Amino acid sequence: MNTEAAVQKPQAGAAARIQRARQDPTWVRWGLTLVAVAVVGVLVVIPVVNIFVQALSDGVGGYWKNLVADPDTRHSIILTLTVVPIALVANIIFGFMAAWAIARFDFPGRTLLTALIDLPFSVSPVVAGLMFVLIFGLQGYLGSFLREDGYSVMPYLISLLAVGVFILLFFLFRPASPKTRHELWNHPWTVVLVGSAGVFGLLFFLQVHFEVWPRNESLKIIFATPGLVLATAFVTFPFVARELIPVMEAVGPDEELAALSLGASGWQIFRHITVPNIKWGLVYGVILCNARAMGEFGAVYVVSGHIAGQTDTMPLRIEKLFQEYNLPGAFAVASVLTLLAILTLMAKIKLERKVPSRANLSEPKTKEARL
Amino acid sequence: MASVNRRVLPGFSLTLGYTVFYLSILVLIPITACFFKAASLSFQEFWHAVWTERARAAYLLTFGAAFVAAIVNLFLGLLLAWVLVRYTFPGKKLVDSLVDLPLALPTAVGGLVYSSLYVQKGWLGQYLVPLGIQGAYSRFAIVLVLVFVGLPFVVRTVQPILEDFDPEAEEASASLGGTRWQTFRNIILPTLYPALITGFALAFARGVGEYGSVVFVSGNMPYKTEIAPILIVARLEEFAYGEATAIAVVLLIISFSMLVLINLLERWSMRYEH
Repeated sequence: MNTEAAVQKPQAGAAARIQRARQDPTWVRWGLTLVAVAVVGVLVVIPVVNIFVQALSDGVGGYWKNLVADPDTRHSIILTLTVVPIALVANIIFGFMAAWAIARFDFPGRTLLTALIDLPFSVSPVVAGLMFVLIFGLQGYLGSFLREDGYSVMPYLISLLAVGVFILLFFLFRPASPKTRHELWNHPWTVVLVGSAGVFGLLFFLQVHFEVWPRNESLKIIFATPGLVLATAFVTFPFVARELIPVMEAVGPDEELAALSLGASGWQIFRHITVPNIKWGLVYGVILCNARAMGEFGAVYVVSGHIAGQTDTMPLRIEKLFQEYNLPGAFAVASVLTLLAILTLMAKIKLERKVPSRANLSEPKTKEARL
Repeated sequence: MASVNRRVLPGFSLTLGYTVFYLSILVLIPITACFFKAASLSFQEFWHAVWTERARAAYLLTFGAAFVAAIVNLFLGLLLAWVLVRYTFPGKKLVDSLVDLPLALPTAVGGLVYSSLYVQKGWLGQYLVPLGIQGAYSRFAIVLVLVFVGLPFVVRTVQPILEDFDPEAEEASASLGGTRWQTFRNIILPTLYPALITGFALAFARGVGEYGSVVFVSGNMPYKTEIAPILIVARLEEFAYGEATAIAVVLLIISFSMLVLINLLERWSMRYEH
């Protein structure tokens, strides 16, 4: 007993000494804290308060009218709510695929691929928009074709999409373990080739035969919704993948290997093992991706063409109202996006506690700081 | 590394194939198209597009403002990280989470509110404008809004390093008679250099590409408050696609070199960890 107490005492003393050695003088503590709070106050709090005060400067009735009564503003909200989910779903699918390939397999060029996923972070949004204008715009590489007979690509596009879905479903539902496979399942490439040809032919025939798409008519991508989706998807491209890859690497493949050895199919492994394991990482990535997609301005600005009531998303609508000196209107739209940003932050804080694997990743905070 | 032999788990070719396909469609082909378009210009045309007086002023402003803002963020970020890790005060959690707001807030909203705060009738402008500080429609306005946009980067890179800092090193320094400032200057700060550099580079890169907020606060006057992305948009609106692409390629090359630099710096800062 006595010796233990004697051993513990110097330790406690050392802890206190360390504590003292790490303590700054009181005036430094208070001074720095005050400056820090002032910086956050001036840079962040005052602007946010100002947004809501300006939005409500016409009273609640005026606020509501600014938001809903103006048909162009209403349309911009609807447009944002169509563009963002499409881009989001595309990037979620990509995120799963990329995370599975990168976190579960080792292959040459893996580091390069990981670096390429980060590429959109270092491209200025305006340049991103310009790229799509160069390809799909009127003077772009595909411009004249799209203008004259744009819809002729649609049967091919839809058929190819169907083939992709077919291949995906085939691999997902093919029994993963050789023991449980039937004859046919053992020759994946034959099935994929014959099946794809069949799916493509059938869909293509149906679409051409029933003339689903108009002929000799221009298909607008730039200055229309598809361009907005492309630009948004480009800018928000890395978010989900970047969140999923480290989480999947941290979880490790053991449970999936166990499921595989018990005869689970690819879909069963994915559905019952992978998704529950990376659930919170996924939600986290989706939230970040959504916040960025909703607020994207530069890339969308270039591809939209600013046609009021047609291609104005919410951030573009803010800019237009600002140019028209309709500040209460602009701030009304801005307040909606600000509310969304605050919700995003709250969800982010909640989730950071729920993703335990984040704690032991090598450099988690560096990564997430790149929204 | 938690990866396994590619033969064991299913789905290697499917997922890798799709990843490369989607990446090509959405990222690689557009970037190639951009370089392809620039390559179709003759060298003379290219040079005339990227080296006009207006373009030079725009580059200078873009990189200058981003640099100044990143330097400011370096100090503010270090200060905030220090206060958030070392001190306790009421409302600390709130301040900690508010630091992330510039990342979640759409840049257009940030630009809109900053443009109205610092004009003569604005909340802060009514005190600053009489002092001769123009916080809107000036170069200072651009730096200010870039400081806002880049605020979280340095804080979030420095914070984890500071949290993991070994307290015994500080104690050793104190027991050897070092003052608090000497300890900070010679013991703590050197271990933060890698994180500070990374955070600086991230804030700088973000500032260079920033468009949505700057377009609101700058006033967009050629030669004076026009940044390079705004110049690209101006060229596009004149349907001068070649010139716009040439400037875009210059920006792309610079941002790619910065990306490589950031990665090298990150690797350098992690060099003792493996």
